[in-house]
Amino acid sequence: MKDGDPRDEKPVTGEGKHPTPHLDQLEDGPWPSFVTGLKRLRDEGAPNNQKMMNDLLGQLNHSYENKLGYWKGGTLSVFGYGGGIIPRFSEVADKFPESKEFHTLRVMPPAGFHYSTDLLRQMCDIWEKYGSGLIAFHGQSGDIMFQGCTSENVQPAFDELNKIGFDLGGAGPALRTAMSCVGHARCEQSCFDEVRAHRTIINTLLDEMHRPALPYKFKFKFSGCANDCVNAIHRADFAVIGTWRDDIKIDQQKVKEHIAEKGRKYTIDTVVNMCPTRAISLNDDDTLEIDNPSCVRCMHCINVMTKALSPGDDKGVSIMIGGKRALKIGDLMGIMVVPFMKLETDEDFEKLTEFGEQVVEFFADNALEHERIGETIDRIGLPAFLEALDIPPDPNMVNHPRTSCFVRTDDFDDEAAKWFERKAREAGLQISAE
Amino acid sequence: MSYQVNGHTVEHDEEGYITNLADWNKELALEIARTENIEMDDERWEVVNFLRDYYEEYQIAPAVRVLIKAIKKSMGPEKGNNKYMYELFPYGPAKQACKIAGLPKPTGCV
Ligand code: HEM
Ligand code: SF4
Ligand code: SF4
Repeated sequence: MKDGDPRDEKPVTGEGKHPTPHLDQLEDGPWPSFVTGLKRLRDEGAPNNQKMMNDLLGQLNHSYENKLGYWKGGTLSVFGYGGGIIPRFSEVADKFPESKEFHTLRVMPPAGFHYSTDLLRQMCDIWEKYGSGLIAFHGQSGDIMFQGCTSENVQPAFDELNKIGFDLGGAGPALRTAMSCVGHARCEQSCFDEVRAHRTIINTLLDEMHRPALPYKFKFKFSGCANDCVNAIHRADFAVIGTWRDDIKIDQQKVKEHIAEKGRKYTIDTVVNMCPTRAISLNDDDTLEIDNPSCVRCMHCINVMTKALSPGDDKGVSIMIGGKRALKIGDLMGIMVVPFMKLETDEDFEKLTEFGEQVVEFFADNALEHERIGETIDRIGLPAFLEALDIPPDPNMVNHPRTSCFVRTDDFDDEAAKWFERKAREAGLQISAE
Repeated sequence: MSYQVNGHTVEHDEEGYITNLADWNKELALEIARTENIEMDDERWEVVNFLRDYYEEYQIAPAVRVLIKAIKKSMGPEKGNNKYMYELFPYGPAKQACKIAGLPKPTGCV
């Protein structure tokens, strides 16, 4: 190592170690504890990491003793950026000086979370040198969290990470780090190119991430199918989830094999009876019948019978707006705003990006401070939102229209006539285009 | 932790925000800007003065969008945008310009 590398310093030895009785208890449970990870860095990390972790553990134990947290935020950032660093300054730095600054760098993971081991090693080396050695893959925000950095090292650590191709994520009232599932690279259920959609949208809107100027946070998430491995439906303001509009594909031979192996009762209990819309029936000859117009593409039957069943061929995405955790109003799932769109050609991706930009612009112009877009829609009403974005209302936006007391059917005949006219026009356009 | 201006000592926190907002004056602003490596010109003063006026009226720092709209009005669209704000204040108007204007430290959310 070069002279002056902090990793050359003297390690922490027995005498200097803070006792941590309260934290030790956290290691008793059946699950791996973060305390074990912190202790490993304290005992086996590079010397500079050891010192920082020793005092961090000391402060944490002190917190548990007094039942008080001793961290305060700040306004640190790197040159040219308004967000991406979460500063933490200790309020008991006189007792625990080595961890007096313990800032976090939020770093955007690659779309689909694809890394090479070489990249991971480089990240570890960078963080061993400039930070505490503690990295979390990945936080709920979607970021890689590089936790534990002094104010002084924030810029050089970022520069090194930037050199190997990584950029800061979002924090504050801004576009946030997006997530996409591993998707079509590895997963047979994938219904669109998640990583392409993810990269295209985030690269287009990147300024909104690095220079916070929105009323509050705004998140995009991309899941390849309704299994929704990145929690898009309830965590993303803008959720893009893969689906299909033709029939589920059934391999009847594999259905028979599944039943022969698992039993008829098991199949009825776990597949037929579990379909949320009762769209499946089992024939006398052990083949399956699916009423596709009733199927809501929930993925359940496919997940149980992965060999026999698979998504259809006419694939695309649904877009849901407004998912979020509790804030001004309680948790919200995204509202179905685009029931289906194809996402294959360059034009399709342009259309998606344009729509994303429009929604963010609408949010910037219309949301109140500290309000997620789901709350804006709740406040102004869905019709006003659809009108502002010029989206024609569609019965497919509503779950069970006939049983929902919020569905009004006055002017039904007029609206139905408009609907059929629009559909006919779209069909006509398609024919003339072909 | 303090700034020295004209023989006076002005306290600040660990990130350079003054702790007593009444201590602010133009010389102090220049001194804070100096420690931030920022040279105060007409454009930057315009931003800082807007922040101070707004704070005086509403007792709260403006949202970044409000600031940008106001600057757009006074300096024109080619300067009234977020990108230009970061050219003036590379660590962001919310943080750096507020510090120079002697406003309270922005709290922000993670
Ligand atoms: C008892 C100890 C602690 C517990 C149980 C705890 C718990 C958590 C949890 C559950 C999250 C959300 C993680 C996620 O997004 O998936 C979080 C985030 C965070 N914690 Fe802690 N934490 C602890 C100590 C600390 C310490 C010592 C610091 C630094 C001084 C810290 C700084 C942060 C920061 C900056 C975030 C946001 C990171 C990000 O989302 O980018 N925490 N914490
Ligand atoms: S969301 Fe669907 S496509 Fe994506 S990884 Fe999960 S199961 Fe596969
Ligand atoms: S995908 Fe869901 S709704 Fe469709 S048939 Fe299977 S279980 Fe039923």
